[in-house]
Amino acid sequence: MPSATLLAQSVLSGVFVGALYGLLGLGLSLSWGLLRLINLAHFAFAFLAAYLCWQMATMGMDPLLTLAVIVPLFFAIGAALHWAMARFAITPFNSLLVTFGLTGIVEALIQTIWTADFRKLESSYGEHRFKLAGLYIPLPELITLGLAVALSFAVWAVLRYTDLGKALRASAEDAPIATAFGINQRRNALLLAGTCSALASVAGVCLALGFTLAPSQIYAWVGVVFAAVMLGGLGRALAPLIAGIVIGVSEAVTMAVTAPSWAPLVSFALLIAILLFRPGRAA
Amino acid sequence: MTQHPMTRRAVIGAGVAGLAAASGLAQAQQGPIRIGSTLALTGPLAATAQIHKLVGEIYVEQANKRGGWLGRQLEWVLKDDQSKPDLARTLYEQLVTADKVDLLMGPYATGAILSAMGVAQRYDKVLVHHTLGVPSLAKYERAFPAWSLGSEPATTVPNTLFDALAAGPKPPKTIAVVTSKFPSIQFMSAGAREVAKKRGLEEVLFLEWEFGNRDFGPIANRIKDAKPDFVFVGAIGLDGNLLLDAMKKIEYVPPQHFYLYPAPGPLVTLPEAKNALSVTIFEEQPPFTNNPGAAEFVKLYRERATAAKLPDPSVEVQAGASYTAWQILEAGVTATKGLDDKAIASWIKANRIDTIQGKLRFDGTGNYGDDLMRIKQVQGGHWTVVWPKSHTNAGATLQAN
Repeated sequence: MPSATLLAQSVLSGVFVGALYGLLGLGLSLSWGLLRLINLAHFAFAFLAAYLCWQMATMGMDPLLTLAVIVPLFFAIGAALHWAMARFAITPFNSLLVTFGLTGIVEALIQTIWTADFRKLESSYGEHRFKLAGLYIPLPELITLGLAVALSFAVWAVLRYTDLGKALRASAEDAPIATAFGINQRRNALLLAGTCSALASVAGVCLALGFTLAPSQIYAWVGVVFAAVMLGGLGRALAPLIAGIVIGVSEAVTMAVTAPSWAPLVSFALLIAILLFRPGRAA
Repeated sequence: MTQHPMTRRAVIGAGVAGLAAASGLAQAQQGPIRIGSTLALTGPLAATAQIHKLVGEIYVEQANKRGGWLGRQLEWVLKDDQSKPDLARTLYEQLVTADKVDLLMGPYATGAILSAMGVAQRYDKVLVHHTLGVPSLAKYERAFPAWSLGSEPATTVPNTLFDALAAGPKPPKTIAVVTSKFPSIQFMSAGAREVAKKRGLEEVLFLEWEFGNRDFGPIANRIKDAKPDFVFVGAIGLDGNLLLDAMKKIEYVPPQHFYLYPAPGPLVTLPEAKNALSVTIFEEQPPFTNNPGAAEFVKLYRERATAAKLPDPSVEVQAGASYTAWQILEAGVTATKGLDDKAIASWIKANRIDTIQGKLRFDGTGNYGDDLMRIKQVQGGHWTVVWPKSHTNAGATLQAN
């Protein structure tokens, strides 16, 4: 039987990785739920941001300060991508195909610039960890959790309490009526698409802080983050974070108590259960 | 009338010389010897495949400077299998039927090698391969391995490892075996468990994870909880790095640790990998560099790898096996003085070949010979061979944390 410390440390580990699932899923959920676009390139953007963070950090910049450059850049990229999608009237299904192709292009670009070899960001953040009641709390993971919680709540607050948020939700619910009421759907969509890519880039910086990077790793996150997004429900701000943490903790406890090879079963078993018993949740 | 003997001799000699020249001209006019292969130039295996690409380019260049094989220059017809074994199969078919290459060279990684082997068998071609991870799957009689791990590595390699540990400063009594379920890793880890049991080591933990696992936190926690004297990590590629990262986060340093097939460059640069053990068939040190062609190859590879900005410009297992593969093929072609696959295969099987790994034989099961795997360790940020003693450099010994 695993010790209490082992279980507790595993739960903590699950919370941290779940927060990253949630941060990765936040932009995807908003894009899918509110813009009706399934942006697979979201993961490629996250990794591109991770590599840019790595590159700038190895040139002497503080990894967190790279956000000042990376976030606006990816906001612009996201908005530009959405403009192109709107310009060519890409349907939701086709958005999956188009962004899948874009993912391949970005992967090839990353490999061309940084090669297929593994890259690990060695920073002072990685050297710090806190100890609380016998449990270790590494600083990069704490930063990821902090950013995930802060951004999720910020997005939730915008969607709930601001006119922009109400306009976005109205447009998602019934676009023609929303336009009839004077909502500038096109401008709002560009803003939201840019925000989604910016959120992906923040997740990318967190990836760079805590993980070893390789171009092929882009696809390793797709399945579990999709599961978190669908579990939480589309177009929601807090739900991907909560679902991500549930999945992360479930996986970690499974790995602590039984065989680690059972961990992937957890996220998809939860997803199947939700789809069977609450199919409307993922709509 | 009596002919002057010198005149007749001169005529005959001129005739022979003329025939030889015509033959050489004919050979040259045949064009280069075309050797076809694929490599994972893109996709998840690209990081290692680019090592094989670099080695192949060096080998072909060196051979052509020497005049090629059989008086003909070499041309390497290389295609990208994108790390996909099914694509490798299609491309090897193309190489044989459409490109009509003279000879084949193996691709990188077990999946692609098995695909290529099927095609080679269909067309009765010789296939020398670099790093097939599961020797028991090498059923084709004309397939020859350049990676000398023997025909039963699941037994021989762990025995070599445990011999090294037994001779070290802290022979372990307890072992944790944690492993990826990747095919060429899983059976080796199973073998390690068997050998450990036979040697009287107590297994305090056994864990498996799916290839592509992202979160090694719980695994690191369980290893720490089990308190083993020795951790055997059935790692491939990134796994070792991710596990060491996870161990660092909980301030756990294993007393002794071993990584089966790590990405060697990234692992050696990790501060947490101090005293990590692994296996090798070639390192940039004597006595390996005393083998034929080794020193020159090491120098050239370093220059080219540095120029290509590879993170680790040193020659180790992958580069060593790759160069050996070309040496094996050249030996077969040169000895049989032709490009007949049957003759080449028969010759290779019956003879020993001098390579940078040493003298290799191919008369065992699956055309494997001796297990020439040595144990190396990360010491001072570099890989150093620590076992067997005959292959250590300047008396390096195994160290424990």
